[in-house]
Amino acid sequence: METLLNRYRNITVLLLVIFAQLVLVAMQVRNAQDVRLVRVWAVTAITPLARVLETGRSAVAGFFQNYVTMHDAREGNRRLQAEVDKLKMENQFLKSEVSMADRAKALVAFQARTPSKTIAARVIAAGAGANANVVFVDRGSGSGVERGMAVVTPDGIVGEVLASYPTASEVLLITDPEFAAGVISQKHRVVGTLKGQNQEMCRVDYVPSEEKLDVGEWFYTSGEDRIFPKGFPVGVVRVVRKSSPYQEILVQPSGFQRGLEAVLIVLSGVHQAIPEAQAGTGPVYLGTPPPPPPGQAPQPAGASPETDADKLVQKYREIGAAENHTYGEGTPGSKPPDFNIKLPPAGAPPPAAGAKQTGPATPAAPPAHPQQPHDQ
Amino acid sequence: MTEYSDRFLIGSQREQVSRFRARVLLLVPLAAILFWVYVPRFFEFLGYLELPLLVTIYFALMRRSQIAGLFIGACIGLAQDSLFSKQPIGMYGIVKTLVGYFAASVGLRIDVEHAAIRFLLTYFFYFFHQLMYWVLVRGLLGRPDSFEIQRTLVLGVLNAVVGVTLFHFLDKLRAPA
Repeated sequence: METLLNRYRNITVLLLVIFAQLVLVAMQVRNAQDVRLVRVWAVTAITPLARVLETGRSAVAGFFQNYVTMHDAREGNRRLQAEVDKLKMENQFLKSEVSMADRAKALVAFQARTPSKTIAARVIAAGAGANANVVFVDRGSGSGVERGMAVVTPDGIVGEVLASYPTASEVLLITDPEFAAGVISQKHRVVGTLKGQNQEMCRVDYVPSEEKLDVGEWFYTSGEDRIFPKGFPVGVVRVVRKSSPYQEILVQPSGFQRGLEAVLIVLSGVHQAIPEAQAGTGPVYLGTPPPPPPGQAPQPAGASPETDADKLVQKYREIGAAENHTYGEGTPGSKPPDFNIKLPPAGAPPPAAGAKQTGPATPAAPPAHPQQPHDQ
Repeated sequence: MTEYSDRFLIGSQREQVSRFRARVLLLVPLAAILFWVYVPRFFEFLGYLELPLLVTIYFALMRRSQIAGLFIGACIGLAQDSLFSKQPIGMYGIVKTLVGYFAASVGLRIDVEHAAIRFLLTYFFYFFHQLMYWVLVRGLLGRPDSFEIQRTLVLGVLNAVVGVTLFHFLDKLRAPA
């Protein structure tokens, strides 16, 4: 190092002296913008360095800022995810509430429609045990609930009251093997006994093998068990197996199809008729009618009266036309048209002027207000 | 030139270093500057003489030291700038620093005792001085001055003639070895 300095000492001193004098000159000279040259040089010399430093600084700062931002984003993402989960739960809760409201609405509608006296109850607990087919409802003896009362929903029967407590009742569901109820099929009036079998579907016993029963046929309560009033839906037949002496019939209960949260307890049952089975179950497509034969104009709908009502409407129209009466223009209290006049038969020439009329004279007054609204 | 010949030449020239008394080193440049400042006021044609430059060349050549030469040039130039108030201080200082450095560098390598060599060196350094000054004026001050080559060449001859004569008298002021 010392050798290097000795070797370039002269040129180093020269450069230092020249540089010092350049600075001295630059401190005195101003450029066209009245800025000292030394400032111009300093700025010109420093700016690239400052730019490089600033670029590096901004890059480092940007990196850390991005890191912090990413960190914040991660935190925000976690927070938003938690919020989404919370909202999902709220949404699910609200959906459940809406569903419950729908069920309650259906329950109220059914309660108002059925002639039986019922009381609404909410399922508050299920029985313990894997195969426990009992539930507890929030109505008990304090509400008039007694042991043996039927428990139904708008969709079908659910069970019967097994025990009644002051504020709650225990309900035996129809899926329990101990449950039994008399049922009757809708179409063929096949009578049987519904029994639970600890499964989703129940069976109908004691249906002789010679009885005819279709899959898809509905069973209703028969009322013979003195528990369920007659006419409550039970379920639809899913399986029918012929065997001797009784058929093996499996029924899909309809009372659970909307869940089991709210039920009706039948306090006083009224038997109802079994609804008639409908021939068709869905809409039937009807094609367009065939075109009329050539040379014959299509007859507009209603051109010729088909029914007595159509004939009467046509007669009144002709009477109104004969008496120059326009239906709907009369004022209250005005004279109505005479509906007793006899009109000439269709195809006969109109009567000559001054010809004697057979009926009462046609009023020349303004048309009266019609009292019958046949074509209005 | 090889490194060996350079060292040999420099070594032999250093043995011929001229020494001057301090007052000579002080008074001669001062007198030259004063002449450059005041005499042209009375004799305008003498304004073409660059006596401070000639003195710088002489002392740098005779001292045969680059550092001494550049400092002599810098001092004379800065003093010249100080007295010539129309321009920033440092313009002549920079130019004469370069002249002193390069003149000393030349003095290290060749024999500068001969009058012809002194004439050529003085002529060259006068041209170099004027050219560098013009560059600085245009570069630093931004003045659109033109460089008159022919005039500079003629004045270079004039200053070289005066310089050779001046050097002859200045040789008398050298301190005895």
